[in-house]
Amino acid sequence: MITGALRQTGRLFALAAEVSRAVFRRPFQFREFIEQFWFVASVTILPAALVSIPFGAVIALQVGSLTQQLGAQSFTGGASVLAVIQQASPLIVALLIAGAGGSAICADLGSRKIREELDAMEVMGVSPVQRLVVPRVLATMAVAVLLNGMVSVVGTLGGYFFNIVLQGGTPGAYLSSFSALAQLPDLYISELKALIFGFIAGIVAAHRGLNPRGGPKGVGDAVNQSVVITFMLLFFVNMVLTGIYLQIVPPKGG
Amino acid sequence: MGIEVVVEGLTMSFGKQNIWQDVTLTLPAGEVSVMLGPSGTGKTVFLKSLIGLLKPQQGRVLINGVDMVGGAERDIYETRKLFGLMFQDGALFGSMTLFDNIAFPLREHTRKREPEIRRIVMERIELVGLLGAEGKLPGEISGGMRKRAGLARALVLDPQIVLCDEPDSGLDPVRTAYLSQLLIDLNARIDATMLIVTHNLDIAATVPDNMGMFFRRNLVTFGPREVLLTSDEPVVTQFLAGRREGPIGMSEEKDAALLAAELVDPANHRPSGPPVIVPQLEPSPGLPPRAAVARRRERVLGMLDSLPPAARAAIRDTYARGAAAPTPSVPRPGSGS
Repeated sequence: MITGALRQTGRLFALAAEVSRAVFRRPFQFREFIEQFWFVASVTILPAALVSIPFGAVIALQVGSLTQQLGAQSFTGGASVLAVIQQASPLIVALLIAGAGGSAICADLGSRKIREELDAMEVMGVSPVQRLVVPRVLATMAVAVLLNGMVSVVGTLGGYFFNIVLQGGTPGAYLSSFSALAQLPDLYISELKALIFGFIAGIVAAHRGLNPRGGPKGVGDAVNQSVVITFMLLFFVNMVLTGIYLQIVPPKGG
Repeated sequence: MGIEVVVEGLTMSFGKQNIWQDVTLTLPAGEVSVMLGPSGTGKTVFLKSLIGLLKPQQGRVLINGVDMVGGAERDIYETRKLFGLMFQDGALFGSMTLFDNIAFPLREHTRKREPEIRRIVMERIELVGLLGAEGKLPGEISGGMRKRAGLARALVLDPQIVLCDEPDSGLDPVRTAYLSQLLIDLNARIDATMLIVTHNLDIAATVPDNMGMFFRRNLVTFGPREVLLTSDEPVVTQFLAGRREGPIGMSEEKDAALLAAELVDPANHRPSGPPVIVPQLEPSPGLPPRAAVARRRERVLGMLDSLPPAARAAIRDTYARGAAAPTPSVPRPGSGS
């Protein structure tokens, strides 16, 4: 049981290492990358935007209500924007990439595996990792970074709108607290998180897809597992990254 | 000329389940070999082990000095380019048309230009009788067509070693006969080492130079076709005759009690004459003779003393018949008509 779990973990890391190496191997599958990029982007953009508006709003309302009770309304803007950019945005992006893009990647690779297409590819001396997995992982990473920017903007705008319109906050205070508390490294860590989360989502989806257990049902199970495993890894890695960030980057409002 | 495949002490198990153990054999260069065995005896696993897709726990598979089991991944990938493997159900890429499927190895491994690729691919498509279907997706054609397309893809790089996984399953008897001829013609044309895994008795009787059989986690025998065809090993005779009486049961092995009961049942003692050996297929008229025939003759006659008497007699018989007819090493114009 334990050795089984460790073995799977080891294989996951081995695949991650193999993908990292294969990224630099020529010829780069540019066409496959563009196709996958477009696919992942097209299934995630709209849901991401739609999720980020209410999410930004909820955070703004909650933080707004809390600061009001503490008598610190003037810091509402900064607090809610930091929460959106640093935490909510990368996580929303990662969940959508894993749920919409990763599951499709996993199902695609899994069904190719059980139809022996991947074996056929290996037999012809073509590495499925280099040919199929690398473009997919790069696509999820690229989409994650770009999508993270969009979600940050939309979430911030949503928070702004709800704070100003519903809670009677003042635009001036919102914006000034924003620049008082937030700093550029907040954006950097947000994008870095998105990049890492995209990598994890792509690797886990590929790993589960390359190793389905027996038949079409196994592919279904693999998709399920890939989403669950990605989610768990995301929250764990997010905790670690947040902890490191808070330790090494001094807060601005001091 | 094809490449010799040397298998030494190969043992494979999945978890606790042992598939076969200590398999040692040599596929002679350029000759056609057939591996028989009841369903579920690990024939496909054996094929996949030869090409390094599956890694047996023990033993070696040597091709040009590269160990496909424990060798470096880079060497294995290089060596695989010498192979053409025809999968059981074709294993075509579902998102590509037949043409693109067959052109895939050419586009990956050669710098040929598109008109050249088109010429080669259409030639192979014609060879397997799929002209007109090249624009279809694998999902739109029948299983037999998928198989033939898989064969065409396996052949497109002029492989030195051709492996066929049950080329007959899903094909009607006529198409199977055509396919047998196609495989022999192919051997005459490119002189590749070929291994066919099957349980089709027609293919087994007419195509190979060498035959082997898997049963009960072991390689029962492997050698010149006459050895297996004249064997009095109960498993072999049962399999070749397609009878129910014998060691092979519905679930691979029969229990001892049932087997003993069968032995005493007089109804099961059919008169069995000396086994009849059907002559091997010849290449179609117009093709060069198979270069492997002369090599095999020399090899088999050299090892004659180590063979069982029945096989020895059968081989002498075959070659005596071959000598009476025009020698196979000389082209025989119009012999097919």
